[in-house]
This record gives sequence, structure tokens and C-alpha cells, in this order.
Amino acid sequence: MPTDAAGLGRRRAAAFVAPALLLIAGFLVLPALWTVYLGATDYRLTGLAAAEPEFTGLDNVRRALDEDSFTHSLGLTLQFVVGSAVLGQAVLGFAIAWLLRGRRGVLRRLVEALVLLAWILPGSVVAFLWIALLDRNDGTLNGLLGTPGTAWLVEHPMASIIVFNIWRGTAFSMMLYAAALGTVSPTQLETARLAGASGWQQLRDVVFPAIRGHVLTNLLLISLWTFNDFTPFLLTGGGPSDETEIMPVFIYKTALFNGELGYGAALSVLMLLVNLVIALVYVRLLRQRARPAKAAERGAER
Amino acid sequence: MAAIELAALSKVYPGGVTALDAVDLTIADGEFFALLGPSGCGKTTLLRTIAGLEEATGGAVRIGGDDVTALPPGRRDVAMVFQDYALFPHMSVSDNIAYPLRIKKVAGAERRAKAAETAGALGLGGLLERRPGQLSGGQQQRVALARAMAYRPRAFLLDEPLSNLDARMRLEARTFLKRLQRELRVTCVFVTHDQAEALALADRIAVLDDGRVRQIGTPAEVFRRPANTFVASFIGSTPMNLLDGVVTGDGRVGVGGVPLPAGEHGLPDGERVTFAVRPEYLGYGTEPVPGALPGRVTVVENLGSAQLVTLDGDAGSVQVVVDEDVPVPLGATGYAAPRPERVLLYRRDGELAAPEAPHAGA
Repeated sequence: MPTDAAGLGRRRAAAFVAPALLLIAGFLVLPALWTVYLGATDYRLTGLAAAEPEFTGLDNVRRALDEDSFTHSLGLTLQFVVGSAVLGQAVLGFAIAWLLRGRRGVLRRLVEALVLLAWILPGSVVAFLWIALLDRNDGTLNGLLGTPGTAWLVEHPMASIIVFNIWRGTAFSMMLYAAALGTVSPTQLETARLAGASGWQQLRDVVFPAIRGHVLTNLLLISLWTFNDFTPFLLTGGGPSDETEIMPVFIYKTALFNGELGYGAALSVLMLLVNLVIALVYVRLLRQRARPAKAAERGAER
Repeated sequence: MAAIELAALSKVYPGGVTALDAVDLTIADGEFFALLGPSGCGKTTLLRTIAGLEEATGGAVRIGGDDVTALPPGRRDVAMVFQDYALFPHMSVSDNIAYPLRIKKVAGAERRAKAAETAGALGLGGLLERRPGQLSGGQQQRVALARAMAYRPRAFLLDEPLSNLDARMRLEARTFLKRLQRELRVTCVFVTHDQAEALALADRIAVLDDGRVRQIGTPAEVFRRPANTFVASFIGSTPMNLLDGVVTGDGRVGVGGVPLPAGEHGLPDGERVTFAVRPEYLGYGTEPVPGALPGRVTVVENLGSAQLVTLDGDAGSVQVVVDEDVPVPLGATGYAAPRPERVLLYRRDGELAAPEAPHAGA
């Protein structure tokens, strides 16, 4: 007896879902499990271990935690995430959205178009543009600043990729915050203004409490995206030496340049775990917000 | 506590829409003043311009004698209560009430004491630690009022203060609001589209239409002697009968061929006028009498203690309030006789012609 709204019955419903489940299993679950397995072997791209990889258990993980290159890369990644996503994109995106609020017309459309353009251009194109911008000899930046011969990507590699990623990713935060600001009650803002609240006090007392959920969601998304972003490799190749060897670049180099596929797989699993920790922290913060709101609703029903 | 003066106050929006057209208005210290009008008449814009939330494009706003036209809202020392109350949902009732004091850098203990005192005065004593979401609509409104009261502003501005409450709560809140204003003796300006609310609450009413003040007066003046046909048709729980008529001599006005007595007016014979009388001030009968308009009963609306009867005749539609006990069958012929002392005559330009004002300049 079909008990579902469409009257399909369990068996036919399962048949409809099966193709999608097969694709997910084949292209998502299996590779993930395969990576976990590889991480526990000494599998290599070439040589004896490529033909007959041996199971080595947690050796790869132990090696990662012992080696400076892993912790070094993790530190660089945190710098990159905090600098370009949490501080850069989120703050700049909010600032643009706040300044453009209530504005209509040419200025708003122009700013939005430019910021969006930086976001939708393909990474390879953008990387090429930035190499031209930062070039030591004929770079646009050196021309503008009158500092010929400054090799930005060599002298300030981390700052370069941070600024690059801010420029590239601010659009998302800007759009999300612009939508969030639309939900802030105008009468609450006006009440604060009538009480004499300054711009900063209005932000602290009215705007941020109202958009806290949007802020956390935005930070979660851009943190994870930035953590997994590979585009800086196109600018610096992880160098000079290992100064911009953020996690995805480190794994790429380990697995494909050095051919240590087993070790690279173990690093990937570790990176996934860090992603999970970041996500859990944000989800926990989001829940804290939801709880008092629910309690308030229950109170109103009484 | 202060008087509010508006001098030739204008507001023209960038698109060219005139929201306020040279409004002159003086609201006395301690007065409860209503801005009344249909939606889009500019009443809310006027209130917001007094608050400083909208910038005037011409004229001046003076509060307590100080010209505040160029001051930002925070420095005008007025409090506004919004239709949706605009309570901060993440703050407790106590913090909400104390918020303006916190902005004014009053010490924590003092402002908590002040919040508790104000909340107590408004019957919110036990709710200080609640969040706004845990309160009923009426309680939320009182929190908003308490927040306005706590820092003793020079004037209260209320934007549609009662329209978010259900019908029964609204009557309670109306009485509460009037008593509160009497006790505080604070200058209070409120906006409403509900003429009954304005009549019930206000010391004086300004009726607005299309950005202009059409009449200023006490509720009795505005109700008894609407200055023009706009105010006449806007004020009153049942719409005023406005009928085309011609002055026929010996004080009578011909409406639909029937000469009707219209009191003292001094208008020349043959002048075309609008003959106006409220449905409450017509006598209903089933027998023809002199000075009564005949018509066929087409609609009967039950008003509870009375019924509103629509008669269609040569003069057009006439509405009459009839006592609940009188049977009024649909399709029957009825006669409506206006009470002469309650008849108003308007010139063709819509301005009141008769009766004359009892005292010049009143």
C-alpha cells in the first residue's frame, strides 16, 4: 500500500532515486573512501610502491604531524583564511554593502558590476591579470606607485595572495550582506537614531544583532572556500621556497610533484578534518543564536 | 515639554512629488494633537519631518522655540513610537527601556532604576527581564511608550500607535494612552487614518489631504462644522450625505425638487450649493411630510444599536441612521427629513458657506 503523497510506494520510489544514489556512490563516496584507504598506504606515482603499495596504517598521519612542512603549511593556510576571508572579504564586503544601502542608480550598479566581475571571471584569467599587475619589470602596480623593480610576488608573497583573494571573493560577502541589511528593521534603526546613537552604535545595537545569522553563515562559507582554494598556486606556485604553500598547494605538490600519493591522501584526510572542525565551530555558534529565539516564541504562545 | 511650531514646512521628494505643501501649524505645550488624513496625505511625512527622519525642503520646525530644522533626529530631544513598536528583539524589556539613557551615557545602576520605575508606572513591573518576543502586542506597545518616557523628551511623536492592536485591545490602549498623556502633560503628536481614534484622543485635530492642512480644530469643531466637503466626507463613522441643491428663497434649499429648510445662511437665491447632513441627523418616516426627501429603500446595514438605511430617490442616494426597533423592509418607500439646525451648506468650491462661525475667528 503506498503511503506517500505521490502514491508511488516504497519500491518504485527507490527505483526513481537509485540512479542519483548510484552516481553519488560512484563519484563521491567511493573516491572518498579510496582516499582514506590510500592515506593508509605508501602508494606512490612511480616505482615499486606504485605497483605493490603496502598498508602502513597511521604512519602517514604520524609523519605529517612530525614534519615541519605540514604544520608550516597549516599555519600559512590559517593566515590566508583569516587575512583574506574573515578579515578581508567579510569586512570589505560588509563595508561596501553598508555604504551602498538605500542607494539606487548608476553608482550602485557600477560598484556591484565591478565587484561581481572579479568574482565570475575564471581563476586562470584573473591569475594572469594579477601577474601582469604585480610584474617586477612592467607591472601596472609598480607603474602606479613609481616603484620599478619591486617583485611583489617574491618580496611580499603572502600579502599578495591575500590581497588577490580579497579582491576576487568580496562579491559574495557584499551580496549576502546587502540582502541581510534589507531585513534590518528601518524603524529600529530610526529609534536608535532618535535616541542619538552614532553610526557605530547603530551597527552594534541594531544591525549586527539582526544579521548575526547571516554573518556566521557567510563566515562559514568563505572560510571553507578559502581554506580549499587552489588559485594562489597560479600566482606564486607555492613559492618563493614554501612561503605561500597553503594546504591545497602543499597536498598537490606532495602527491603529484613528489609522487607520494599515499602521503598526499593522508594529508587530504587531515585537511577534511580541519574543514569539519571549522564547520562545527560555526554551526555551534549558529545554534546558540537559535535557542533564545525559540524560547521567546514559546513564551509568546503561552 | 515644549510647543512645536511648523512654519511653511515643505517636503518635495526628488521625483517631484510634493508630500508637504507649506504647512503652518502650532501645537501647544502639553497638547494631544492628531494628524488625520487618508493614506498618502502626508501625515506620516509630517511627523517624520518633525522628528528629523525626513529633511524638510522648505520652511522651519521649531520645538520649544528652538529652530531644529537643521538638527539630526538625535539632537531634537523628541521620542517617537512606531506602529510596529520597533523594540530591539535581542534586548530585555529593561534594556529596551533604558536604551536611550545608555546612549546618553547615564550610569548603569541609574538607568536600570529609571527603567524599573517607568516600567512599574506602566504596569510592566514583572516583565523587566523578558524579551519583546515573549510579550503580547499591548505589552510591547507599553514597552515602546516606556522607552519614550524614560528619558523625558520634550515631545512624543506617535505613528499610528493603535493600528497594530486587535479591536478590543485598541479601545483599552486608547483610554490608557489618553490617561497617560494627561498625567505626563507632555506634548504629543500622533498620526492616524482612523477618524474615530482622532476624535476620541485628541485635544485638536489637523485634517490633511494632499500635503495640505484642510482644517484644524477641536474634535467637536471638526465633527460639527467641517470646513470643506473633503473634511465633511472624511470625518464621521458613517459618511456624510452630500447632495446637490439650489437656494430657493425663504431660507430653503431645493434638493431633487424638494424644498428643505436649512437654517440661517444669507446666500442669494439661485446659488448652487452642496447640501450636507449626517445620516444621524435625519428623521426617518414612512409617510410623506414637508421637508423630507422621498426614496426607495435599497440597502439596510445593521450597525448593532441602529441600522443604516440607504434611500434612492430624485436627489440621489441618501443614508439615514434608523433606530434598531423600526422595521425597514427593502423596496419600501421611505422619507428622510433633515434636522435644519444640523444642515451644512457648501459653496461650489467646496468651502463651508453656512452656518457662519458662531464667533469671528473662532
